Amino acid sequence: MSQKTFAIALMDPPYESENLTTAFRILDVMAQRGHNINLFAYEGAAGLAFAKQTPHPNPVHGKNVAEENHPTTKDQVTALLALAAKNGGKVDWVNCGMCVDERGVGEFVADTRRGSPADFHSFCEASDNVLAIPTK
Amino acid sequence: MAKKTLNIIESAYRAVMEEQDDTILWLLAAMQGAGAEHTVVLRGNAVNYAVAGQGAPGLTIGGWKQTQAPHMDNDVIDLIERRKIPVFVIKEDLAARGIERGELVPGVQLLSARMLPKHMAEYELVSHW
Amino acid sequence: MAEYLLIESRDPFESNDVGYYYDLASGLVEAGNQVTLFLIQNAVFAARPSAQAPKLQALVHSGIKILADDFALKERGITKLLDGVQLAPIEIVVDHLEAGHKTLWH
Repeated sequence: MSQKTFAIALMDPPYESENLTTAFRILDVMAQRGHNINLFAYEGAAGLAFAKQTPHPNPVHGKNVAEENHPTTKDQVTALLALAAKNGGKVDWVNCGMCVDERGVGEFVADTRRGSPADFHSFCEASDNVLAIPTK
Repeated sequence: MAKKTLNIIESAYRAVMEEQDDTILWLLAAMQGAGAEHTVVLRGNAVNYAVAGQGAPGLTIGGWKQTQAPHMDNDVIDLIERRKIPVFVIKEDLAARGIERGELVPGVQLLSARMLPKHMAEYELVSHW
Repeated sequence: MAEYLLIESRDPFESNDVGYYYDLASGLVEAGNQVTLFLIQNAVFAARPSAQAPKLQALVHSGIKILADDFALKERGITKLLDGVQLAPIEIVVDHLEAGHKTLWH
């Protein structure tokens, strides 16, 4: 399969919806296959790449930080970018600027950037296909 | 020429007070300004966005007062008249909610749910919100 | 004639609106399109043979290819599927996107 370019919109914030688990699984497949991914992180999803997320222990189950190894979406984003690069795909991960501002999540992991709806429009125009994953 | 995109919107009144907009109507208006060619179909509870005369007063929490409370009917009118985004409303969903045609803002077009599949064929992209 | 992938994340026990999406799938087939309905997340609750999910059961053998996400099934311990619903990996979403099929998420 030749390299494709996909535009994806995400809306869910971290830790609130199984939509993100499924979304990252789909993105992982795209990255494994070396496709280009243009992702617009809108609304709550603007927090997915927030660099100041920190994992925590699990006192209910008696696990310390290391034992719990709690997922952070920022690490998933970083891993996704690395996987895509390894397979020849480019990821343009755009955090909607106003969404970032109102949530105070203006520090992102490396190789993600601030943007706007104009970016999502450009992504849709430039892509082979589009998948919008709405929130409920 | 931008890709003709149909946006089926069903999410309704989610975060509209906090955002002072419906986040999808807002997104589409912004994208239209960037050159997109969008059309909207309101379905489910979102058909209520087209009902004229709606809008809660701004929130007041302690000394904090909201001064720009949203009015979804005005936003629908804005999409149609200013942004030139056609807005369709699923008529069966209006009927289910007891909303009469005469209650809607001007410019909204009715579409039967039965016709939605055929309507989707006219667009290069279809997104469901 | 076009091809569609309709991704359904909701189940009919919690959401009345799932019926609309099943109807959309049927309507698209009647309009001459090829449709795959991919059940993910809680949508797979409707896919047990013993589930009280008549609307999904009515879709089987109606010309719609109905798939259920293997991850979601494992996560929920669902080991038997309604006859006519097939297990599928998440990769099929990317397969459909690669093929240019209109892909919608509910």
